[in-house]
Amino acid sequence: MKTIKLYMHYVSINVRCMMQYKTSFLLTTIGQFLISFNVFLGILFMFERFSNVEGFTYSEVLLCYAVILLEFSLAEMIARGFDTFSGMVKNGEFDRILVRPQNEIIQVLGTKFELTRIGRTLQAVVMFVYGILKSDVVWTASKICTVLFMLIGGTAVFMALFFIYAALCFFTLDGLEFMNVFTDGAREFGKYPIGIYGKKMLLFTTFIIPYALVQYYPLLYILDKRTAMVYMFLPLAACWFFIPAVLLWRFGVRCYQSSGS
Amino acid sequence: MKKYVSFFQLRFAMGIQYRTAALAGIVTQFAWGGMLIMIFRAFYQTDAASFPMSLSATASYIWLQQAFLAFFSVWMMDNEIFDSIVNGNIAYELCRPVNIYNMWFAKSMATRSASAILRCFPVLAVAAFIPHPYGIDAPASPLHFFLFVLSLIMGLAVTVAFTLLIYVLAFFTISPQGLRMVFISCVEFFSGAVIPLPFFPDKIRSFMELLPFASMQNVALRVYSASMSAEEMKQAILLQVFWLAAIAAAGKLLCRFAEKRIVVQGG
Repeated sequence: MKTIKLYMHYVSINVRCMMQYKTSFLLTTIGQFLISFNVFLGILFMFERFSNVEGFTYSEVLLCYAVILLEFSLAEMIARGFDTFSGMVKNGEFDRILVRPQNEIIQVLGTKFELTRIGRTLQAVVMFVYGILKSDVVWTASKICTVLFMLIGGTAVFMALFFIYAALCFFTLDGLEFMNVFTDGAREFGKYPIGIYGKKMLLFTTFIIPYALVQYYPLLYILDKRTAMVYMFLPLAACWFFIPAVLLWRFGVRCYQSSGS
Repeated sequence: MKKYVSFFQLRFAMGIQYRTAALAGIVTQFAWGGMLIMIFRAFYQTDAASFPMSLSATASYIWLQQAFLAFFSVWMMDNEIFDSIVNGNIAYELCRPVNIYNMWFAKSMATRSASAILRCFPVLAVAAFIPHPYGIDAPASPLHFFLFVLSLIMGLAVTVAFTLLIYVLAFFTISPQGLRMVFISCVEFFSGAVIPLPFFPDKIRSFMELLPFASMQNVALRVYSASMSAEEMKQAILLQVFWLAAIAAAGKLLCRFAEKRIVVQGG
């Protein structure tokens, strides 16, 4: 309870801080909106030419992209501190955190709360509503629950990835850009249902990095392509991905030697 | 001219040092290219008849795009320049007997070339070994290859001239962030970085092909696999020359105008 209160305090500091520069905040938000808008336009024009892709129609793909984008922007909003963690290790900021009598994860999370990601979130919500209106999904209580589970599970997966990225900073600061493949890449390519990428990709995203659990399978359930109840709960199962992330982080903290600056 | 050549050489030597970053970039670009090709394959499998160019030409397009990403991605801009304009360090540059537009042009060309040269060969080499419709094909003919190289360099120059326009505009606004983002999203979309121009509906496409953005990556990547007719190629390359001249002239004029009215506030 106390940690939650502390975290909320961090968030409020961050938000107030950002509100001191309102123009900059607004412009960055608009920029975030524009960049993901491009991806949306890309999908739109692809479907001007093609009526469907492997059986998924335009509105179904939009639903899929909206959910992934929403998950990603929520995770980025919360876990931006992990994303910029390399800087903290480099300038010795992390040492200061370690000497404080508080959980270090909460403190790192608290260093940054990116409210500007609201631009992307907004876009995702608009697209989601548009997708719902255009598609002929019959919404039932279980499907609404599935969407909620997708949001929880997906945000957890992306947060865990940011977490792993931060944990890797304990070992090396060089060349970690390849992690973008798993975060930005997943957002970018998660716009299409993972099934279209073929069997191998589906296996990889089911068992190694569980994107498919939060995207493809529950989507099949929502679109009535599968009816088994288990598809509804798969997104929650994806939270297991936090386990290796936390273990790696723990291991990293134990090995941590200050950069000395 | 000699001093701008040395600016180029200096920057190039600097850029070539960042090898680990390049390695990570290669891995990223490789994964990115692979995923893009899988998307296009899925569309191809669903409806091959609606495909505007052959699948192997699309694959070549994507691999070249990834290999020469540093040439054409406008979001890679030189923050040093923006900073120097905002914090006033630009005053030192203005004291020197160089034309800042030409200097920036030389430096940007060098940064992009160095970065691309580190990255392009490994990406192309691996892509060459990927089986036929998904890998990169040999160029359609020696002539096409020559035109590819020519339009690649022209495309780089157009891209650099365009980013320079944004730098110069920063003289007129204190916070260039917003401007920059709007420009970046426009360029990404209209240049064919989001989806290749042939995939747009014909009406929109014929208009888009006249815009300066189409003179960036679009021409070279399509010339390579001969997905343009001889007439189209001629027109596209002439258009590149035209846009390069027009954008550079506009940039230089604006730059001269900015230099005249610039006020550096002490400090």
